[in-house]
Formats: sequence, C-alpha cells, structure tokens
Amino acid sequence: MSSDGPAQTDLGFTDPNPTLGPKYGPVKAIAIPIVSVLLAFAVGGILIYFQGVNPFTAYRVLFESALGDSDGLLRVMQKSTPLIFTGLAVVVGLRVGLFNIGAQGQLTVAAIGAAWAGYHFDLPTVVHLTFALGFGMLCGAAWASIAGVLRAYRNVSEVITTIMLNSIAIALVDYLASRTFKEPDQPISRTPLISDSAALATFGVIPSGFVIALIVSLFFGWFLIRTTEGFRFNTVGLNPNAARYAGISVKRTIVLAMAVSGALAGMGGAVETMGVVGRFEPAFNAGLGFDGITIALLARANPIATIPAAILVGILRTGANSLQFETGIEPEVVDVILALTLLFVAAPIVSRYIFRINAKRKSKSKGRS
Amino acid sequence: MRARWAWTLTVIILVGIMFSYTQDELRTTSVLSFSLRYAIPLIIAAMVGLVCERSGVINIGIEGQLLMSAFAGFFGAAATGSLIIGTLFGIGTGLIMGAVFATGAVAWKMDQIISGTIINIIATGLTSFFYAQGQVLPASTPVVAIPYLKDLPLVGPVLFNNGLFTYAAIIIVIFLQIMLFLTIWGLRTRAVGENPSAADTSGINVQRTRFINVTLAGGLAGVAGAYLSLEAAGTFERGFTAGRGFTALAIMIFGAWNPVGAFAAALFFGLTQGVASQLQADEVVDIPPQFINMLPYVLTIVLLAVVAGRVRPPAAVGKPYEKD
Amino acid sequence: MDDELVLEVTGLTKRFPGVIANEDVSLTVHKGEIVALLGENGAGKSTLVKMIYGLYRPDEGEIRIKGESVRLNGPREAIRRGVGMVHQHFQLVPVFTVAENVILGDEPRKLSFIERRKAVKEVTALAAKHGMAVDPKALVRDLPVGAQQRVEILKALYRQADILIMDEPTAVLTPQETDELLKVMKGFAASGVAVIFITHKLREVLAIADKIEVLRGGKVVGTTTPSETDQGKLAQMMVGRSVLLSVDKSVASPKEIVLDVVGLSSDNDIGLPAIRNVDLRVRSGEIVGIAGVEGNGQRELVEALTGIRKSTATKFTINDENAIGASPHKIHGMHVGHVPEDREKDGLVGQYSIANNMVLNRFDEPEFSRRGIRNMDAVNSLATKLVKDFDVRTPSIKTPANSLSGGNKQKVVIARELSANPSLLVASQPTRGVDVGSIEFIHSQIISARDSGAAVLLVSAELDEVLGLSDRILVMYDGQIVAELEGANPDRAEIGRLMAGGHAVVAEDSSHG
Repeated sequence: MSSDGPAQTDLGFTDPNPTLGPKYGPVKAIAIPIVSVLLAFAVGGILIYFQGVNPFTAYRVLFESALGDSDGLLRVMQKSTPLIFTGLAVVVGLRVGLFNIGAQGQLTVAAIGAAWAGYHFDLPTVVHLTFALGFGMLCGAAWASIAGVLRAYRNVSEVITTIMLNSIAIALVDYLASRTFKEPDQPISRTPLISDSAALATFGVIPSGFVIALIVSLFFGWFLIRTTEGFRFNTVGLNPNAARYAGISVKRTIVLAMAVSGALAGMGGAVETMGVVGRFEPAFNAGLGFDGITIALLARANPIATIPAAILVGILRTGANSLQFETGIEPEVVDVILALTLLFVAAPIVSRYIFRINAKRKSKSKGRS
Repeated sequence: MRARWAWTLTVIILVGIMFSYTQDELRTTSVLSFSLRYAIPLIIAAMVGLVCERSGVINIGIEGQLLMSAFAGFFGAAATGSLIIGTLFGIGTGLIMGAVFATGAVAWKMDQIISGTIINIIATGLTSFFYAQGQVLPASTPVVAIPYLKDLPLVGPVLFNNGLFTYAAIIIVIFLQIMLFLTIWGLRTRAVGENPSAADTSGINVQRTRFINVTLAGGLAGVAGAYLSLEAAGTFERGFTAGRGFTALAIMIFGAWNPVGAFAAALFFGLTQGVASQLQADEVVDIPPQFINMLPYVLTIVLLAVVAGRVRPPAAVGKPYEKD
Repeated sequence: MDDELVLEVTGLTKRFPGVIANEDVSLTVHKGEIVALLGENGAGKSTLVKMIYGLYRPDEGEIRIKGESVRLNGPREAIRRGVGMVHQHFQLVPVFTVAENVILGDEPRKLSFIERRKAVKEVTALAAKHGMAVDPKALVRDLPVGAQQRVEILKALYRQADILIMDEPTAVLTPQETDELLKVMKGFAASGVAVIFITHKLREVLAIADKIEVLRGGKVVGTTTPSETDQGKLAQMMVGRSVLLSVDKSVASPKEIVLDVVGLSSDNDIGLPAIRNVDLRVRSGEIVGIAGVEGNGQRELVEALTGIRKSTATKFTINDENAIGASPHKIHGMHVGHVPEDREKDGLVGQYSIANNMVLNRFDEPEFSRRGIRNMDAVNSLATKLVKDFDVRTPSIKTPANSLSGGNKQKVVIARELSANPSLLVASQPTRGVDVGSIEFIHSQIISARDSGAAVLLVSAELDEVLGLSDRILVMYDGQIVAELEGANPDRAEIGRLMAGGHAVVAEDSSHG
C-alpha cells in the first residue's frame, strides 16, 4: 500500500491516499471521475436499451424526477445526507490506511440508538437533539471500535471484522426492533416515533441534516490538513513505520480513527432517523454503507469531494424509483451504473487509456546503486 | 503449540460426537449432515482465498465471485433445463470473475482490497439487476451414495451419502494439499507468495503465476457458487451468499493457510451452527432466532481475535509485485 | 585466465525518469577472469549488472553472451545462458529449506512432483565440491548471514552459471569471512567461471581483481589492473577528485554520562532473544561506535534505546531520567535524536513534503502547533533554514521526499534530528547508500554535534566508518557487547576477529566463518 505516484506538492485537497493509485494534477483529479461517471452512464444506457427502453428517455425520467421540482430536490438532499456521512466515514478510514467496509453496520446501530434516545426521553429541544445525535454517534463509534481495537491490538483485518459486524448489526437491530424497543400493539417490528423535541427540522426544501453534513465535510477537509491529529492520521496511513519512529502511537491512532469513522457513519444513521424517518424500521437504510465506499473512492479520499460524489449517488437513488414506475426498468440499474463508475474511477481504465497517465511512472530516482 | 491445541480440540469434539451418537443416533446424524452441508461452500471458498493468498494476493472479492457464479449457475440451469450446463455456467462465470479480479489486482497492480471490493459491488449490482423471479431448477441435484461405505455407522450416512459437490469439495481439499506441498507448482506458488523477488530472480514469472492462480481460484469460487444455488438452496435470491466469502477468509486463517487445516476449521464452524440450530429446534434453550443468525459472524470475530496473532500469513500477501 | 570472451557489453544506456543510470557503458569479460566493478553509491554498478542478468532492459546498446547478441526478457533467459547472480539483498525464501531455495525454478522432477531426495543429494554434492558447508535441510531463516550467502552462491552454481555476478557480496561479512569468500571466488575463476564483482571497497579490489572497471555517474571512467594502480588513484577515479580517506576530527573531551544502560535485553521480531545483558555508557562529547556484522543485535539495540522495541533492563537512564519502558514519544522528549538505519521505511514519509518531514517527530510541539492546530509558517521557515544549513539539494521545501536522492534524503533525516539539539544522538548506518560528497558532510555534522556536547552512539556495518568516527569502539556479537576498545588506532584485524565471535585474547590466525 505504499506505491507512490508522480511528484505532488503537499497534503492538499488534491492529495489522495496512495492506495488509490497514481496522483493527478487538479484538472485530471476532477476530469477523471467525471469521465468515469459518463462512461458508466453510457454502459448503463446499453443495458437499458436491451431492456427495450430508450436510454435517453430513461435518464431524462431519472434526472427530472430527482431535480425537476422542489419535492425531488428535497428527496435528493435527504438521500444524500447519510451518503455524505458514510462516504466521509470511509474517507477517514482510508486516510489512516484502514478500509472500513462496516459503515453500514455502524449506521444501523446508530439509527436505532438515536431512535431510542429520541422516543424514550423527554427533554428540551436543543438538549434532546444534541443527546440523540450524540448517542447515535456514540453507538456508531463503539460499533466501529470493536474492529479498531482488534486491528490495533490483535492485528485482525478490519475488512473481515467490519463485514461481520455488519451482519451482526442487522440481526441485532432486528431483535431490538422486534422486542426490546418495539412499538407496542403494532404488527410490524419498529420503534415508536421519536419526540418532536428530537426531530431535525426541514427549512423549506433544505433539511437541516443536509446542512450538518456539509459542515462536517468542510470540517474534515480542514481537520485532515491543518490539525496535528489530522497529521497523525495521514502519517499513519502513508507510512506506519515512520509514524512509529516519529513517536506517534499507531495503535492509538488506529483506534481513534476507527472510532471517528464509526461516529461519522453513526451521525448518518442518527440524522436519517431524526430528520427523515422519525423512528427506526429495519432495512429502511440498507445499502447506504456500501454506497459510502463508492463515494469515497469516487472522491479519491477527499472529504470535500465527498459532497458532490454523494449528491450524484443521491440523485441516482432518488430517480431510480420513478424510473421503475414510468419505464419499467428495474431500479437496480443504478447499482450497475454505480458499480461501473467505481470500476472506471478506481481501475486505471480511464486514467490510462483516456488520459494516458502511466501508473508505473515514478518520481523515484532509484534504480542505481 | 497451536497444533497441539488444535489436536486437543479435535479429539474432544470427536469424543463428544461418539458419545452423542450412542445417546441419539438420529439427531447426531442429522446435526452432522447439517454441519457438513453448512461447511461445504465455506470449504471451497476458503480454498479460493488460500490459492490466492499463497500466491501473494488477498482476495476480498470471493463474496462477489460466489454471488455471480451462483447466479449464473442457477439461471443457466433454469434456462437450459440442465444441471450440468448450469454447473458449467457457474464455473465459467467464476473463471471470468477470477480473471477480472486478476486483471485489477495483478496486471494493473491496483490495491488488492479495492479490487476485491469492486468485484463485490459489481456482482451485487449485476445480479440484482438481472434477477428474475419465478425461475425454477429442472430437477434437484442427485444424491450419490457410495456403495458399502454408506453403510458404515455414523460416517456412512454423513459422509458417503451426499451430492456430487460434497465429494468434489473433499477431493479439492486433498488435491490442493498435495499440489501445494509436493509439486513444482506448489513450490513456485509459495515462493511467489513469500518472496516474489526471489522467485523472479530464480526465473519464475511472478505476474503470470499470480494471474493464472487467481483466475483458476475464481473457477473454484464458481464451483462453490454453483453448489450454493444448485445443490444447497435449489434457488437464487438477491445477496444470498450472506457474507460466506468473508467467513471463508477467516476459515482460511484458522486453518493457517493449509487446505486440510481450513477443512477442519470449516467443519468446526458448521458443527457450531448445527448444534445451535438443533438446540433451538428442540427448544432446549430459548435463543431468539436473530442470535442464531449472528452466531457464525460472532464466532468468526472471536476466533480471529484469538488466532490472528498466532498464525503467519504468506509474507508478500497484499503487495503488488514491483521490481525494484 | 583464458582468452575466450564470454561477455561483451557495448554502448549500454539505461534511463529512469529523471536520471540516466547508465550511459554508453562498455565492458568485456573473459573466461576465468575476475572483473571488479568499482564505484560509489549511485554510480550505476547495480543497474549495469541487472541488465546483464535480465532484470532491466537496456534502452540502448548490445549485450553479447558467448558471442551471441541477446535481448534478455527476464532472468530466466540469462540463467539459461549461464549467467548467475548473487544479490546484495539475498533472494531467498526464508521459510524454505536450503535445498528448496537452491532448486527453486529449476527443480528435479518426476512428472510434476519435486524429487526431494535427489534435490538434497545434489545440493550436498555441489556444496562439498566448492568447499561450502551448508545443511540442505535447514530452513534458511534459521541460518546466519554468512551461510545464507553460501546458499545464494549455490543457487547460481546449481544453474551451472559460468558468468557469476556478485553484487556487494562482502558488505555483510566480517573481514575474515571476506577473506574466505575472496578465496572461494579465486577458486571459481580457476575452474573457468568468469566473476563480475561489485564493490566499493578498494582493498578487496586490489586483492583479487584481474581487471578493474571504475564507474562514476553511470559511465565507465577508467579501466585498469591492480598492478597499475593503488588505493589513492582508485579513490580519485571513483569520486572524480581527491578524497580524504580518513575523517578529520579533534580529540574528544567526554563529560558527564548521558546514556547509562545496565543489563539491557530484548527480543527480535520472531520473539527470540536478540540482545542480552548489554551494558552501555555514552558521555556527552564523545562518539561511541558499535562495530559488528549486521544481524548481531545492533538493530534491536537501537530500537530498544529509542523505545521502539520492548526491552528489559536493570538500569536505563538518559540524563539521569529513567527510560525503562518509555514510549518513543517519551524518549524523544528526553532530547534523543534517532537516525534510523532504513530511512525510506522508517525515517521519512515519502509522499510528504520536505517541510513536513523536517518536523515529523516535532509537529505537535508548541513551536509548530497551537491547541492542536498546526502552525505551517513555523514549519516552513524551519524547513527553509534547514535545507540551507544542511545543504539539501532540492527545488523547494514542498518537494516530496521520495523524489530526492539517497544522500539528500539522509540529509533531511540528519537535519531533523540534529536541529532539535539532542543531548543523545543514536545514528544507525548514517551513510548507507549515500554518495561520497554527502558522506563527508554527514560525518562532519556528526562530529560537530559531538563537539557541541551531544553524546553520540554510532552503529555502522562499515568498519571503516566506525574506525574513523568513533572515540571509543564497542564490538557487538550475538547480542552482546564482547569488547571495548579505546584509543586512536585500534587493531583492525583484532576487531574483525571479535566481530566473528573470537575472544579478545585469542592468538593470531584463528579462522572463523
């Protein structure tokens, strides 16, 4: 994980994690994801065509339903909000050299945690909002910390543990929603509605959760570059040996970063519960964590770039339902388009064959002795 | 140290099974059969991970490879009305997915974890999109009883009265054990996984060895996928591999990257699940079904936490090979 | 020596991004001839032989092996044509046996199965024939470095190499083992094998070579023979100017004890005892050098002293402050500077700018941060000053560290560690892989740190470096300090014997290895 790309100045917004392959200048860093997305749409269009639908019609339906009116815009922002958070969760992990595939599980336990904090207590609005949001984050952080601690102290791959924790989370919240926290006298498994004092308001078409997501993204953009803790994160991610030699506790940084990552995913779950659904229902937020991986890689581990990447995914997810309703195309076509986007942006397909960037080019002056 | 611990556990379990058999023949047989069925896909999938990691490549995309080949196997069989063609579809798809993964993780030297994740996401997307309801298999897979052996007490009905995939899995394990440690392919593969630079300077083509091994391992994933949809479940549902590809990696680790060790680890896994299910079915203990569902995942994490520090992965695993 | 030409290289050029590693290099090697390739670090010796061995493809020029022009696509083709190579970093699989390592890639087989018994027999016979003692069934990771090198040589001989390239083979050996190896090499030459011998040690070249090719800046700058030249002339050819073969320093005036260690023990990476009961004192104003063959616990000692490796001790103080069980962070806080032996792996973050690397272990000190927020102006101004003071050749302080040359990378590390005015400097292999100009500069910096009152612990595999810089020399063998030598001119042969595990009072001419 230490292959280094062509010369790049310093830790900046165009400085992605080295796991993502060669670095590009700022122009290509923007152009490559865009071309990748367009290419994915083209291939998706072919699939749609073979389903007997004009791809242009289908895409028009998709985008119009998402962006055509204020209703659509609201839904896009609602959809994008947890995606920004899960994207950020994966980004923070990547910066420290961790691959958090468990944003889904962290988000789920946080969603039910925030729901419990939301319906079980009666508190003044500001206190209740803070408490429910904080409790959700805590749940997410704790859930992720299991993987963080095991990685730091037992050297267990966080990839396997976070995946396992996803499955455990699904079973756990299913149990909680059907027994412990179940809304009484209802046939379906779900928690009671949260109190009004724990509900995040929507201002016009702008959900306050979305605003929080934007602020948090900007904060992490700054945090990773300008703070000493961010410097520790990056150093551990880029060269854990050098970090250790420089007196940075790698174990502590891994545990902390995993907890932060989990808290971010947890914030996504809490905001979803408090601002959109109003309670916890199992399976309402499936897939958000995995979209987070796509978003983080599309954003090349850059917190700020996570915003447009998440909004794009949010648009696709919002439009997918109308697509089925109006054209009969399965909404899963969006999964295919996103998978292809990820393939094009992470594999050197676009960079090598369209932008002619040679991945092997190295700035090292090695090779002599 | 670890080996002695593992042997002790094995003996205790075997004695426990014997004792249980003397108490209740029928239940014991049924629990063991369940355990074996549960273990088979994990065993084959663990072999996928093992072949890749012994060559120095972490394959986190086994899950996606299983999903795609289970999908292809099922719909191939349903469409053509032939289980054999379905199986071939499954294996062929596995090989293709193996080659796609190898292209990213080996040929393009991408980050191996990211390559595997892409495989998983693509597989989820494609199988969800092309999924169609209402398809059925032309027939269920035949059960082949092995003459004489099937009449043995306990092991007869458990081991020698199974579908073909079960026998295939056992053969694959033994075959790989021999291949890895006695043949030239095995020596070279292990060299590539331990010190690719030494292999390279000894005249072994590291990239080619890795590419071929990773692709062929994809074919094994195809076998496991076909087993899941054709023999084990007899159907296909979205996302129904349920994390087996990841559990398989854990099993590979418990087996210390040895085929036979992984086989034993998978059986242990299956047995735990089998006993828990039986206890629940008999209402001996009142465990909510959600906790039974959690069991394999919790077990994976606990065992990894115990074992991970004590076994040594192939030294070069996870690193794309760069000449220096 | 025979007249038969076995290798002919003409006009070879190899470029890497930003550097020309070899330019128009020509070379001839005859049967049974020992050709020394002499040059300092970065002169292009390794690149040249890697092309001959098929690991790199030349951009221009021709390689003729036994009269036939070849384009090698990999080591496999080179091996087939009788080229063998003993690599500087051994190319062995640690978890394989000696026999498995030797046969790898050219296995005796029946169908697809390895014939293990035959392999062991062949390796035993081969080792006996060349007078090299190894156990074919031993695991390579259990062998000492000298024995591993014999495996590496056997590997080449097993493939019937008649052109044997040896890349810095003496770097990891004691002087006595070196003499042994030179004898074995003479034996190869006598049996008709052509040997290409890479080194930067003048003494060895003069002792053994039939022909000397001197490389500098990727070009051949001279061809000579031992009878026509001497150490001074060779050194001048190597560097392109006359060089000081000795380090110029004043007499030390040691003051109070800075580092005081009694009974320090620590394990290696696989949990075996690596250093045992080490007692060590370093005073302010002196350089204590640790001589020893690599792998005798030096690395573990340094890591234990800097808090990176867990250790036990009855006493371990720095400036009278207890340091037992302290973290690297805490030890750094006791004013300890550490130049790690592997600067690329442990000393630098390659993707970071020089500026960030200059504060890698100080970024969170009040000078460079306030309430958790970094003060980049302070970082940049320090970096600008250090780049100038330490003569780091770079276009900018924003340049990523991995685009610097080895010498400049090391200057960044040295600048960082010395700029904090350490009272103890632990320098491990401070000039490894560094060009001569930078070596001189780094040495003078270490001496001036000493003169301004730092206690310096120097660990180096280069005996000449230890001899030249140290005021006091400790010899390390098998995890223990086996001898201490004071005085200006310690006996080189005596140190060599101690490094090989001999005792201080043992009489002359006891051969080891």
